[in-house]
Amino acid sequence: MLAKRIIPCLDIKNGRTVKGTNFINLRDAGDPVELAASYAAQGADELVFLDITATVEKRATLAELVKRVAHTINIPFTVGGGIKSVEDVSVLLQNGADKISINTAAFNNPSIITSIANAAGSQCVVLAIDTKKEEDGEWYVYLNGGRTKTDTKCFGWAKRAVDLGAGEILLTSMNHDGTKAGFALDITQLLSDNLPIPVIASGGGGTMQHFADVFINAHADAALAASVFHFKEIEIPQLKTYLAGKGLPIRIRGM
Amino acid sequence: MNLAIIKYNAGNIQSVLTALERLGLTAEVTDNAEKIKSADKVIFPGVGEANSAMKSLQQSNLHTVIKDLTQPVLGICVGMQLLCNHSEENNTDCLGIVPVQVRKFTSHGLALQAPATTLQIVGEEQEARLKVPQVGWNTIYNLKTNLFKGIAPNSYIYNVHSFYAEDSQYTIASCNYGLEYAAAIKKDNFYGVQFHTEKSAEVGDKIIKNFLDL
Repeated sequence: MLAKRIIPCLDIKNGRTVKGTNFINLRDAGDPVELAASYAAQGADELVFLDITATVEKRATLAELVKRVAHTINIPFTVGGGIKSVEDVSVLLQNGADKISINTAAFNNPSIITSIANAAGSQCVVLAIDTKKEEDGEWYVYLNGGRTKTDTKCFGWAKRAVDLGAGEILLTSMNHDGTKAGFALDITQLLSDNLPIPVIASGGGGTMQHFADVFINAHADAALAASVFHFKEIEIPQLKTYLAGKGLPIRIRGM
Repeated sequence: MNLAIIKYNAGNIQSVLTALERLGLTAEVTDNAEKIKSADKVIFPGVGEANSAMKSLQQSNLHTVIKDLTQPVLGICVGMQLLCNHSEENNTDCLGIVPVQVRKFTSHGLALQAPATTLQIVGEEQEARLKVPQVGWNTIYNLKTNLFKGIAPNSYIYNVHSFYAEDSQYTIASCNYGLEYAAAIKKDNFYGVQFHTEKSAEVGDKIIKNFLDL
């Protein structure tokens, strides 16, 4: 049976990991490649690199990093952050990224989803959505790293993106992100149950139970988290053993 | 070891090459018929759409080169599908090396025209509706041939695909996604794997090494 995926997310700036980590066994915890290799060895199913560099050298630095990652790890990885064009995408894919994620640029120019899908296949297009539940009880799309509210509802945008050629949805609940109080189960389930493509739940994972909840109750295909993995509040091998014990299909490493 | 990767207009050639480099191996990416024929082993990669991939092979006459190869050949993903007879993807006549049909997953978990006996809805009720493509890690079993030497049954491999090869006498590894299909096939010197060996962690690395040891 298809396994539920566990995905650590690494924030990158100028080729270095941004948030602190608690990987005392690493020679250089700021090196994304070493951190990636460590996660792969622990049994992460996939990795996401989110680049927040805002300089003009961004593209070259990121391409070099992607190349080093691809030559080091043997699991799939996604790269996102500031991708605006098909050319941005092809540089990343040529250097070894398996998928790219787009967010604001896709909202402002939805045809880029189709352009990327046509050039490289839907399987490599991960549409990232930052969403927030407002007082009216509806989930709205936010842009620019959560700084800009739109009047567009999350489900409608996700559905349209699927029609345009998105291959997966990376759904981050701004209400839950950073709280460690659990994932947003309602919006995750709405998307996962009604869209024909996988949904990666993000934001709020703080305990192993939260991961079980988002898989069992919200039917997420994958769950993403950053700091709980970086600071070893949750260790991936133990998390996977726990989830497998709940009867979930989980990839346990080994041959 | 003289290893050739067939170069044509299809994706993932770079990721296959990168995976080999990660294992300390070198390979030549080439569309030169003589170099392909004289290689000890040939890898036939592929990601994307079967019809345009097939046309690309025909334009460079590689379709006849591949059929005549006698050394071990490994097709990966769409490369594997192109070794088969025919694909439902845009009604494509493939190379016809392995007499197997390539069909599309349907979101109900029931393949078009599949024999009723092969139908099997996945276990959990909530997942009765399949997402297509299949993206992620699934298990392989009924492993045959030295391609899977040292690989335990139910090892996980990484998949990204909407089309699959039907189960047949040429199946050397099975996988289940709504129905049982061929995760790997073999006929004579031709091997094919549907999953991405280059992204399947240590299991994928081992399968590549096994292929090179054939």
